[in-house]
Amino acid sequence: MGAVAVLLETAGGTVRSTSLPALTAARQLAQHHGGQVVALVLGGGAAAADAARYADRVWSYDSPALATPLAETWAPVLAGAVKKLGASALVASATSTGKDVLPRAAALLEAGMATDITAVRGPKTFRRPTFAGNALTDIEVLTPLVVASVRQTEFPPATAAAAPGPVEAQDAGPVDALGAELVGLHATKSVRPELTEAQVVVSGGRGMKSGENFKVLEQLTDLLGGALGASRAAADAGMVPNDLQVGQTGKVVAPKLYIAVAISGAIQHLAGMKGSKVIVAINKDAEAPIFQVADYGLVGNWETVIPALTAEIKKVKGG
Amino acid sequence: MKILVSCKRVPNPEQKLKFSGAAVDLSAASWQVNPFDEYAVETALRLTEKGKGGERAGEVVLISIGPKEVAQQMRGLLAMGADRGLLVGGDDAALDPDQVARVLRAVVAAEKPDLVVLGKQSVDGDSNQVGQLLAGYLGWPQATFLASIVLAADGKSATVTREVDAGVEEKKIPLPAVVTVDLRIIGKKAVRNAALAGPEAEWEDNQRYASLKGIMAAKKKEIREVTAASLGVTASPVVKTIHQEPPPPRKAGVKVASVEELVAKLRTEAKVL
Repeated sequence: MGAVAVLLETAGGTVRSTSLPALTAARQLAQHHGGQVVALVLGGGAAAADAARYADRVWSYDSPALATPLAETWAPVLAGAVKKLGASALVASATSTGKDVLPRAAALLEAGMATDITAVRGPKTFRRPTFAGNALTDIEVLTPLVVASVRQTEFPPATAAAAPGPVEAQDAGPVDALGAELVGLHATKSVRPELTEAQVVVSGGRGMKSGENFKVLEQLTDLLGGALGASRAAADAGMVPNDLQVGQTGKVVAPKLYIAVAISGAIQHLAGMKGSKVIVAINKDAEAPIFQVADYGLVGNWETVIPALTAEIKKVKGG
Repeated sequence: MKILVSCKRVPNPEQKLKFSGAAVDLSAASWQVNPFDEYAVETALRLTEKGKGGERAGEVVLISIGPKEVAQQMRGLLAMGADRGLLVGGDDAALDPDQVARVLRAVVAAEKPDLVVLGKQSVDGDSNQVGQLLAGYLGWPQATFLASIVLAADGKSATVTREVDAGVEEKKIPLPAVVTVDLRIIGKKAVRNAALAGPEAEWEDNQRYASLKGIMAAKKKEIREVTAASLGVTASPVVKTIHQEPPPPRKAGVKVASVEELVAKLRTEAKVL
């Protein structure tokens, strides 16, 4: 049995917090495989030292050509690392980068892949949601090598070890992007916590009617130190940027508290938030499906309920 | 411009999922085209059009894997405007993403498309793998989760925007390439072939419905049935489903009468405030 390689994404000289759940899954998998957890850092520079706090070893491919995550360049490096390590598994968080790169690496390795795993059940068996979360499916990977992307909300972030592992510089060799190039990233600026990591998420739906009306949700969100989300309907209508979308095709969140405002509760939205610990639904339609998954439901217009809720929370928190 | 589009059928996602033993039971499912595959067909059609309702230049070829009944779903996509179809016989419920990608690779070798367009994931398996696997097998550039695509006038490259966690990423890829599409690709101005349509070109929001004329025309369009073996594909599965169960039900919630009651319960009962 071999090592478990884990792709870590980095930013500004540190490991991205979104990669920490993958380290936890890698550690669980390593217990089944009996090998080390080896972090793979591509184009990360100084972040390799940070990665060493979480892994038994770090392989750092510090080439400027790998500084941006292109599937065309990253997948062969990952596949090369796995082969050179003789690793028995490759994992990464199911971020947009992980989802883009890992299957391509799996093809290069001719390895079976499990997407978006929620539990490690054996050396090659995993649980994962299918049918928009309406079926929990256990799958077994049949190839000698296992590739898995990790649902971030289902594994706690890894904590740093007392003694960091060694960092070993690796040579990626010639890097060929196949002519593909990243032109730019139009990032959504936010001072709030990452949607996928926030303890509290306040989401608005079609019933918010306009982007301007989301301001009232922002006040509640900031009071609770949470992240702002939205249903597909609200994102489609242009009320908020697309990357705020929670659902089967957006982000999957599992905060301690999820407040759904003016969201009807389509299956595809529920798939992205059903794992929340406590769900509050506020909707003027008492028959809205969102109430079927809500722990606490309040029937009413957001126009009156949200300002009152914000005021009440201020009152009790201040008291 | 020849574009290959993969499509599969999925059980209606609005229907309650049935279980039989430790497996999902689809014996009574009503089938439809995977929504993201409809978006892929719409994308491919727009890339062969001068604008909404304008002339077409190019060919859109559908590929699906499944039993003969899948021809019914393919016929609907031909009615939207796709030109012809290829149906590879197989048990679609038992296929894994790797087998699908290997069949597609063989079809690409035979059809030699300029571009392969896929939905980013199916809404039953939710694997989100096939496009990336195919690009990996072909050694072609890939662009996943597209919100928009513009084909260059010389037909040699595409500039796309992709839905990523942090916002929107812009990427340029040479053709031939594999792309997978996300929800936003069916916006009015999300798709354009610069050789055919200017920046002012726009389409209706959402994927088109089949017109009566389209439905009549689709009856005469070819759906060629082939076997994986005839394509030279003998891939065995790389993953196996061993157990399926419904998620644990959430305990029944309560309706509260007022904001005060809600806040009190969140503090004292749920302890999340």
